[in-house]
Order: sequence, then structure tokens, then C-alpha cells
Amino acid sequence: MLITHLPVLPIVVPLVAGAVLVLLPDEHRVLRLMIAFSSLGAQVAAAAVLLYLSTDAVPDIWSEGVGVYAIGGWPPPFGILLVVDRLSALMLLLTAIVALAALVYSMAGWERPPQPFHSLYQFLMVGLNGAFLTGDLFNLFVFFEVLLAASYGLLLRGVGVRRVRNALHYIAVNLAASLLFLIGVALIYGTIGTLNMADLLGKVALLAPPERALFDVGAAILGIAFLVKAGSWPLNFWLPGSYSAAIAPVAAAFAMLTKVGVYAVLRIGTLLGEDDAAAAILGPILFYLGFATLLAGTIGMLAAQQLRRLVSYSVIASSGLLLATLGIGNEALTPPALFYFATSVLTTCAFFLLTGMTDRTRVAADAAASVPNLTAIELPTPTYLAFGVREPQPYDTSEEVGTAIPAAMAFLGLMFVCCVLLVAGLPPLPSFVAKFALLSAALNSAPGGQLPHQTWLLVGGILGTGLAQLIALTRIGIRLFWGGGVRRTPRLRVLEAAPVAVVVLLCLALSAMSGSAMRFFEAAARSLHAPEVYTRIVLSKPGADQPSGGHER
Amino acid sequence: MEIVYALAIGIVAGAGVWLLLRPRTFQVIIGLSLLSYATNLFIFGMGRITLHRPPIIGDEGVTDPALYADPVPQALVLTAIVIGFATTALFLVVLIALRGLAGTDHVDGREPDS
Repeated sequence: MLITHLPVLPIVVPLVAGAVLVLLPDEHRVLRLMIAFSSLGAQVAAAAVLLYLSTDAVPDIWSEGVGVYAIGGWPPPFGILLVVDRLSALMLLLTAIVALAALVYSMAGWERPPQPFHSLYQFLMVGLNGAFLTGDLFNLFVFFEVLLAASYGLLLRGVGVRRVRNALHYIAVNLAASLLFLIGVALIYGTIGTLNMADLLGKVALLAPPERALFDVGAAILGIAFLVKAGSWPLNFWLPGSYSAAIAPVAAAFAMLTKVGVYAVLRIGTLLGEDDAAAAILGPILFYLGFATLLAGTIGMLAAQQLRRLVSYSVIASSGLLLATLGIGNEALTPPALFYFATSVLTTCAFFLLTGMTDRTRVAADAAASVPNLTAIELPTPTYLAFGVREPQPYDTSEEVGTAIPAAMAFLGLMFVCCVLLVAGLPPLPSFVAKFALLSAALNSAPGGQLPHQTWLLVGGILGTGLAQLIALTRIGIRLFWGGGVRRTPRLRVLEAAPVAVVVLLCLALSAMSGSAMRFFEAAARSLHAPEVYTRIVLSKPGADQPSGGHER
Repeated sequence: MEIVYALAIGIVAGAGVWLLLRPRTFQVIIGLSLLSYATNLFIFGMGRITLHRPPIIGDEGVTDPALYADPVPQALVLTAIVIGFATTALFLVVLIALRGLAGTDHVDGREPDS
């Protein structure tokens, strides 16, 4: 019986946990941590089981890799639906892994009260999981807002004028993007009369030309909103500032945030743009935007002076690569793109976690620059009292939390090298496999025929930006580990070191099992590019025998 | 009536966009509020403007769907208002915090010429 309710667990569990954590006083630190961890553990387990179910391993429960859960028991085109397929199950698992790693890391003193952390963190998970699971556009909006609201709070953690300023930019941009999202949703509803993603597909073809034009406008506005979240080129100037201002575990958890935008583009794009004249226009636009994003991210990486900014730009570059690949609109490119998606999420997580430790190699005089609120605290403004800003510098390293690990510099160096290999896409780490598969699929996409110039651009872009990223990362690594100036060996705790190491090891495992992983991604891509199956299964779900409590009177 | 409605949305949205691009935080928040009003009106308008038609079907049963207003945009607007209200309140808090920390109401936390 539980198994039928499984799709709703990734939303309900963190929601309940977050609500409990809001009410629980700060003194119960152990209890709070236990709740937070058991919630995330449950999410990892639920995501893993969903992933297993979506591979058709148990055909009695779900057929053809799509599971539908109707909240309230209303029959599909009308009620609120959760839909799990391979792609969303994969996203859920990635989210849960990244979040768990960042939560373990945050235990090393980053999550201390008085500012709320755990509850916001759980609400972030509600938003992320919900956005991946939902089957209609309006709930996608709602879950986007949930995750954004939580991310605003998490970004502000530690306050300081730099964080507050960047959070202001971040909130303003995202609020404007949310309004675009709403306008797009309203236009789609106004023309087509439904917001259910599966229902859209069948009804688009029935639209009369003037209505069709309006619908296309709505879809395009929706696309702009997604591209803002994904950090696509002309819309991404907010991203490096806000991501590099966030504390390390929060930035690591944000690794999934830009990818939600990419996921939405992928999901809605494949649903609407299959055999469509619109795809012929939108594909190249998406490709060139993605290509520009890839270039902009790489140039930003070359220009960045701080490791944290550099990692933020690498997030942009990876988004760009994904968008450009999706823009080509070739089915053969989707599985390697998904592989790259998974690796880049893990990479970003590990790298952001690492920046929290490498920041401490700088000596105190230099560190003052990264702690802007030291001077500001002396201002006698009521704001400080109101927002509890007068907490002691929360991230000073003098406090001993947990056990330290030996050979700290060697560990940092090794992890840094792994992250460099991951970002730049060199063997033996999985982003090499992903990029290699991408290149090979791109070059083989027209056997005997002429490859379109976009493919050549993509191939050149992947290789060129890989080299540029390697140069940028090597340069900053030399400055960080070998360069002149006073350096000190930071005291690294197991709690901080272990998550980074585990994520890097996971990447290694992914590259060792890349064969079976690739088969999974191929199946996921197949079901993505056959939206009729998705539509048929979702819409054929009867309302009467729903496993929900709403109908059992 | 449609043209008046559309013009009203256009004027409010235009004013909102202009304010959003201004350098002072207070102007930005008013701009965002105006934009969200315009968006809410727009969503409502997408449910078609009708008069004297209930959105809820009563006990009498369904006779003709054309006799009823579309309830879905109204529900969407309600959700959007709640979410917009909450995020605007949060933005206000950040705005005041920035004013307190930076000592200026410029969106960048410092005056452009200083």
C-alpha cells in the first residue's frame, strides 16, 4: 500500500519535517539534526525506489516507466497530478544526494542558530522535489516559488552587506521571472483551457491559427522564465554574485537550482516540440543562447579572481552546454546530455563544498575581505537587533567542532584536482565520459551526410571551453596552493571533508558504471522523446480507484 | 470593456517595468508590486471577462457551461496573490536590512559616484 503512495513522499516528508523544525526550539540541536537527517534519508530511499520502479523492474506497479499519483483522487485532466518517470526519478535522486552531502557538511558549524537553517533547507527540498514531480504547469510555478522562497532565506544566511545586496538582486530578478512565468501560464490556459502537461500535447494540434499564435507567445514567455532560472546568457548576470555570496553548503545545495530550469526546458520542450514547426524556430534560438551561455561562463571562469566566483561561472558554463545540446534537437544527443547533467550537478556540489574549506587557507588579514560584516557590525542600527545580525562571526575557524583530519593540504589539493578534472572533462572522471559520448553522438548523427554547422559549433565549443576551463582552474589552483604569500593550513573536520570525498567517489563510481548508467539515460531519453506514451499513461489513469484518501468516505 | 481592461493592464505593467529599472530599492519594490498587480489582472482576464455569471455550480446541476464563469483563473489569481504577497514582504525585509547595513537605499548598496 505504501508503494502506491511513494510518489508523494518526497514532497510530504520534507514538508512535515520542515514544519516541525520551525516549531522546535533551537536548544534541541540533536533532535533537530535527527529530524533533518531522517527526512533526507527517507528522501534518498524514496528516490532510489522510484528510480528502480521507473526502470520497469516491477511491471505490476507501473507500466512503461511512468507512475501517476492523483492527489485527491480526481481523474487526470482535472486534478493535481504527480508524475514520475525516469527523468524525474533521476532528478529526485540527484537532489537528495546533493542535499544530504551539503547537510552533513553544514553540521560543522554552518547551521548554527539563531538564523533558521534546517527548516528552510527542508522547504527547499519540498520545492525541488515538487518541481520535478508535478504534472501540471501551475503547480510547477507553485513549487518554483516554494524553492525560491526557501533559497532567499538560505542565501541570506550569515547576513553581511555583500550577501544582503546580492540577495536583493537575486530576489528582484527571480520575482520578475516568476511574473513572466505566470503570464506564460495564463496565456497557455487562456488559449488551450488546460494546464495539465499531458493534456497540452493533444490539444495543441486542435488550436486555430490565431489562438495558436497566442499559445506560442505564452510558451515563449514561459521559456524565458525557465531560462532565467537556468542561468542562460543574457539573463544570468545575477547568478555569479549571489552564488558566490552564499555560504558553502547552501551554494552546494543550490547546485540543483539552475538545473531545475534546465529540467523544465527539457520537460516542456520535449512535450511540446516534437513534430512541430515551432521546434524548427525555437531549437536554433535555444542552441545559440546555450552556446553564448557556454562562452560567457567560460570567459567568466577565465576572468574570475576568486575560486567561488569561478565555480559560479562553471555552473553557467554547464547550463550553457546543456541548453546548446538540447537546442540541436537531436534525439541521439539527449542521453549523453543527461549523463552530463548528472555529473555536473555532483561536480558543482563537491566544488562548492570545497570552496568553503579552501577559503580558510588564506590568512586572517586577507580573510577580512571575505567577511564584510566585521566593520558593519559596529553600526548601531535597529536592523541588527531585529534580524539577529549580532551573532558572533559564525564561521570562524577557531571553534572546534568534530575531529580534524590529517594531511589537510594534501586532501584539499587532491580534491581540488578531482574537481578540476570533473569540470574540464578529463579522464578518468565521468564528465569525460559524458563529453566524449556527446561528441561521438554529435559527430555520428549524420552518417555519410553533411553535418549541420551547429554540430560543428557544439563540438568546437565543448573542446575549446574544456581547454579554457582547464587553464582557468589550473591558474587559480597554482595561486591557491603554490602561489606566494602567507598561507596557513586549515583545520579540516571529518564532517566537512567526508561529504566532498564521498561525492567525488560517487562520481568515480558513476564513471566506472558508465555503461549501465548510459543504458538508463538512453531509456530516459527514449521516453522523453515519445511523449505520446507519457500522455497516454497519464490521461488513462482513472480517478475512481485512486489510492488517495480523498475518495474513501 | 476589454479595451479599457487591456489598457489598464498595459499602463500598470509599463509603470511597473519603469520603476523596476530605477536605482532605488523602494522604487524597485513598488515596481514589482505594480507588475504583480498587472499580472494578476492579466490572469483574471485570460478567463474571459464575463458579467453576472457564478463560477461555482450550485445544487441545480449543470445546464450549460456557458452560463458559468471559469473558476480556474480565479483560483490561480488567488494563489498568485498569496505567493506574491509573501515574496514582496520578504523583499521588504531584505530591503530594510540592506538600508541598515549599507546606509543607502541604492540597489547596489553604495552610491554610484562614491
